[in-house]
Amino acid sequence: MSTARRGALHAGAWWLWALGLAAAASRTTNPLLLGLLIAVAGYVVAARRTQAPWARSYGAFLKLGLVVLGIRLVFAVFLGSPIPGTRVLFTLPEVPLPEWARGVRIGGAVTAEGLVFALYDGLKLATLLICVGAANALASPARLLKSLPGALYEAGVAVVVAMTFAPHLVADVQRLRAARRLRGRPDRGVRALLQVGLPVLEGALERSVALAAAMDARGYGRTARVPRAVRLTTSVLTLGGLLGVCAGSYGLLAAEGAGFGLPVLLLGLAAALGGLFLGRRRSVRSRYRPDRWGVRAWLVSGSGAAVAGLMIWAGEYAPQALHPPAVPLTAPELPLWPAASVLLGLLPVFVTPAPPLAPREGKEARTPRDPSRAREPWASQGPRAPREARPLSPSEGPGTQGPPDRRTSQGPQASPNPQPARSPRHSQDPQAAPNPRSQPHESHEPLASRTPRAPHADGVPLSKESEESRESAQ
Amino acid sequence: MIRFEQVSVTYADAPGPALSGVDLTVPEGELCLLVGPSGVGKSTLLGAVSGLVPHFTGGTLHGRVTVAGRDTRTHRPRELADVVGTVGQDPLAHFVTDTVEDELAYGMESLGLPQDTMRRRVEETLDLLGLADLRDRPITALSGGQRQRVAIGSVLTTQPRVLVLDEPTSALDPAAAEEVLAVLQRLVHDLGTTVLMAEHRLERVVQYADTVVLLPGPGEPAVVGEPAELMAHSPVHPPVVALGRLAGWSPPPLSVRDARRKAGPLRDRLAGRVPHARPAPGDAEPLGRAAGLTVRRDGTEVLHSVDLAVRPGETVALMGRNGAGKSTLLSAFVGLHQPSSGTVLVDGAVPHRTPPATLLRHVGLVPQEPRDLLYADTVAAECAAADQDAGAAPGSCRELVRRLLPAVSEDTHPRDLSEGQRLVLALAVILTARPPLLLLDEPTRGLDYAAKARLAEVLRGLAADGHGIVLATHDVELAAELADRVVILADGEVVADGPTAEVVVSSPAFAPQVSKVLAPLPWLTVPQVRRALEETG
Repeated sequence: MSTARRGALHAGAWWLWALGLAAAASRTTNPLLLGLLIAVAGYVVAARRTQAPWARSYGAFLKLGLVVLGIRLVFAVFLGSPIPGTRVLFTLPEVPLPEWARGVRIGGAVTAEGLVFALYDGLKLATLLICVGAANALASPARLLKSLPGALYEAGVAVVVAMTFAPHLVADVQRLRAARRLRGRPDRGVRALLQVGLPVLEGALERSVALAAAMDARGYGRTARVPRAVRLTTSVLTLGGLLGVCAGSYGLLAAEGAGFGLPVLLLGLAAALGGLFLGRRRSVRSRYRPDRWGVRAWLVSGSGAAVAGLMIWAGEYAPQALHPPAVPLTAPELPLWPAASVLLGLLPVFVTPAPPLAPREGKEARTPRDPSRAREPWASQGPRAPREARPLSPSEGPGTQGPPDRRTSQGPQASPNPQPARSPRHSQDPQAAPNPRSQPHESHEPLASRTPRAPHADGVPLSKESEESRESAQ
Repeated sequence: MIRFEQVSVTYADAPGPALSGVDLTVPEGELCLLVGPSGVGKSTLLGAVSGLVPHFTGGTLHGRVTVAGRDTRTHRPRELADVVGTVGQDPLAHFVTDTVEDELAYGMESLGLPQDTMRRRVEETLDLLGLADLRDRPITALSGGQRQRVAIGSVLTTQPRVLVLDEPTSALDPAAAEEVLAVLQRLVHDLGTTVLMAEHRLERVVQYADTVVLLPGPGEPAVVGEPAELMAHSPVHPPVVALGRLAGWSPPPLSVRDARRKAGPLRDRLAGRVPHARPAPGDAEPLGRAAGLTVRRDGTEVLHSVDLAVRPGETVALMGRNGAGKSTLLSAFVGLHQPSSGTVLVDGAVPHRTPPATLLRHVGLVPQEPRDLLYADTVAAECAAADQDAGAAPGSCRELVRRLLPAVSEDTHPRDLSEGQRLVLALAVILTARPPLLLLDEPTRGLDYAAKARLAEVLRGLAADGHGIVLATHDVELAAELADRVVILADGEVVADGPTAEVVVSSPAFAPQVSKVLAPLPWLTVPQVRRALEETG
C-alpha cells in the first residue's frame, strides 16, 4: 500500500535547490549572472508553484528584494561609498561631523562607481532573498516540517504556526484599517497603522490561544511513557552534545586548541543526534503520507547543488568575469560557461510534474464540478447528505474497502494495534473498538442512499395542494 | 456517555460562578442540544466536556465530569482527544495545517496511529462528509460551510465517541447550515456518535435534537428534557414554537412539518385576512444607489453589474450564500472598494473619493465584528471619541447609548459587554454622526432571541425616523421581521429583488418558519399573526 503522495516532491528538495541557487548568487556580483539566476528561479516558480497560500509569498519576496536594493542605493548616496570613484554624478551638501566620528561621512560627492558597486552588492542580496522566496513558494512549510526528526517536531510546529499567522495578521490590519475608516478616521498613513497595532496584537493573541486550545483538544503533545533511565540519557546526550558542539566550534575557530576542535565537534554532534534519536521515543506521533525522497528529489536538489558547485569552480577559473570591477567603470560581460551552469537550475521544470489546475481562489471559491454548489440557494429542501458525496465505486481510490490486493497487502485490519502499549488508561484505543465505518455492506452502496431519514422537517412540502387535500380529507 | 455530577465552574476573578450545580447525563448515541440565553455558561459547559475547562482556561471546577468513563479531573484534554472531538465557534481558529487532507490527518498523527489506518480513515471521512473533491485544497480557499465540515471531519478521524460543537451553524447561510446538519444527522444515525451542541439558531436545529438541556439563566439549575416538553416553557424558542404557543397547540410543534399538520384551524381563522402592509417608501430620492456596480478583487469579479437603491425609511435585507458578495457590496457603499465599472452614490457623495470624516455623515457601516469599531477602555471614553470623530455636540453619543443600552454602566469595558450589547454600542457610535444610510453586516451572529428582538426594535425605530437601512444577513427570521425589501445575491449578481413577502415566500431556503407553516397565506412572522388574532378576537 502506498502512503506517499503521488507526484509530490519532497519539500526538502526544493529548499536544497533554492539554497544551491542562493549559494551561487553569493559567489558573484556580475549583474548579468544575478539577473539570470533571478530569471531561472522566477521561471521555475511560475511553472511549478501551486495555488496554495504559501505560493503567493513569492511576490512579497520579490518586493522585499527590490526594497533591499533601494535601501542599499540610498545608503550609498547619503553615506558615501568606500569605492574611490572619479566620475562625480552630483554632490550633496556634506554634514560636518565631530572629530570622533571620523571615517563616517554624510552627504558629499556621489560617484558613478560607488553607485554601480552598491547596485551590484544590493542585487546580490536581492537575489539571495528571491531564491529563499522561491523555496518558500514551491515547498509547503508544513510538508517540510513533516520531514523533521520527531524530537524536533514541537519546535517545528511553533515555526509553522508562526508562519501561518503572518497572513492572518495582514488580514487583521486591513480589516482594522477599514474599521478606522468607518469611524471617520483617516485609514492611510503611518499613524493609522500604529493605532491599529494594539487591536491587531490583541487579536493575534486571542487567535493563538484559541488555536492552542484546539490543538490541545486534538491530542497535541501526547507523550508516551518512557523509562526514567531513557529520559535521563536523552537529556544528558542532548545537553552534552550541544556543549560539545559549542566547545568544538570554539576550538576550531580559536587560535589555540585547533587540535582538539574537530574531534570534540564530531563527538558533540554524534551525542546530540543520539539524544534526538532517543527523544523520538517519547513522542507518540506518526506521520500521514510522508514525502519520500525519490529520483526526482535527487534530480532537483542535485541541479541546485550543481549550480552552486559550478559557480564556485568558476570563481577559481574566471574570477574577473564573476566580479566585474566597479573601478574603472566597465560594462559587465556575460561569461559563457558560468551562465550555462546557471541554466542547469531549470532542470526541475523538466523533471517535476505540473501542478494541478486549481479552482478560483478566494473564499467564494466554488468548483464547477461541485454540484451542490451549482444549485441555486433556494433550490434546497431540507437537510440531506451533501450531494458531492459521490457513490464509491471500487475503482475510485481507496475507500472503506479498497480493491482486494490493497487489502491483503495492508494486512488484516483487525490486527492488534502495532503501536507499543501506552498507558493503561488509553485502553479504549479507537483501534480496539470495531470500526463501524468499515462494515462491508456499506461500501458499495451509493452514499446518498444512506442518508438518514430525518424527520422530514424544515423543508417546504413539495406539493402543498396534495398535503392540504389530505388534511381536508382528515 | 457524558455525565456531570454537581458541577460548578468559577473562573478566577469572576464575581460569581459561570456554571453552578449542573447534574446531567447524556446517553450514548444521542443528539443533545444545549440552549439558553447568552452568558449562561453554554461554552463553559461544552469546554468542561472536552477538559479544556478547567485545564486550559483556568478557574475551579467543583464536582465531577466523566466522559466515556474518564474523569476530566485526571485526564487532560489531549488524553481525551480519542474520545471527545471538539469544534469551536470559529473553524478557522481550529486549523493547524494548511490543506484539507493534512487537516483531517492531524489528530490521528497526534495519537500516533499507524500510516495505513490513517490513510483509510482519511478516505472514509472525505466520503462521509462529501469532501473528496476538496482534498488538496488550501483551507483558506474553502467556503464557510466547507470549512465547518472540514473542522468536523478533522475531529472525526480519530473516531471520537462524543462530538462537542459550539454554534456550528451560526455563521453559515441556510444551505450550508443544512449541509452541516445533514452530516451531524448522519453521524448520529450511522455511527452512533453522541453529539452535544450549543446553538442560538434554534429554528435550524431543534427538530433534530433527542434531548434538550436548558440553562434558563445564570446560576439557575439546568433543565433536561424532551425537546417539545422543554420548548413549551423555554425562554428561548424558535418562531415555530412561538406560533404553537400562540395558537395553543400542546405540545408545541418543533418542526415546520408538525406545525403544518396542526395549523389547519389557524389557517382557517386567518383566511381572508392579510398582514398590515407597511407604508411604502414612496418615490423619495434614494439615499444610496449602486448602478451597474462591478467590483474586482484579486483578479476575480466579486460583484457583477449590481443595481441597488435604498430610499429613506426603507429596510433592505441582503441575502445569499457565504461569499456571494454581500459584504463587498456593503463595503463598496462606504468606499472600501473602488468600483471597476458602474457607480455608487451615497447621499450625493462618491464614497471612495470622499474623506472618511465627511463620509461618516452620509453613511455608516457596522461591520461583522463590531469590536473592530471599539478602541477605548470604557463606554464613556468610546462615546467621547465618537463625538469627536463625528464632530457632534459632546454628549450626543452618550445620549444614544443611554437610550439604546439603558442597563449598561458607563465604566464598563467594551470587551465585557455581551455580543448584543457590543453590537448596539457600535451602532450608537456610528449613529452619532447621524448618517441617513445605515449598513449592518451580519448583525445577529451570536445573538440570542432576546438580544435579537431588542435589535429589531432599535432598527425599526431608526427606519421610522427616516433612516435607510441595509442588512446583510443569513437570518431569514430577522429579514422577515424587519425588511421591506429582500435582495438576493448569488455569485456577485442580484438574482432577486422585491418586497419581502414575495421574494422570501417563493424560496424554501429563505422562507421564515411561519410562512412555511401558514403557506399559502402571506404571513411571515409571529407578531403579525398575533396582531391579526387579537383583532379577530
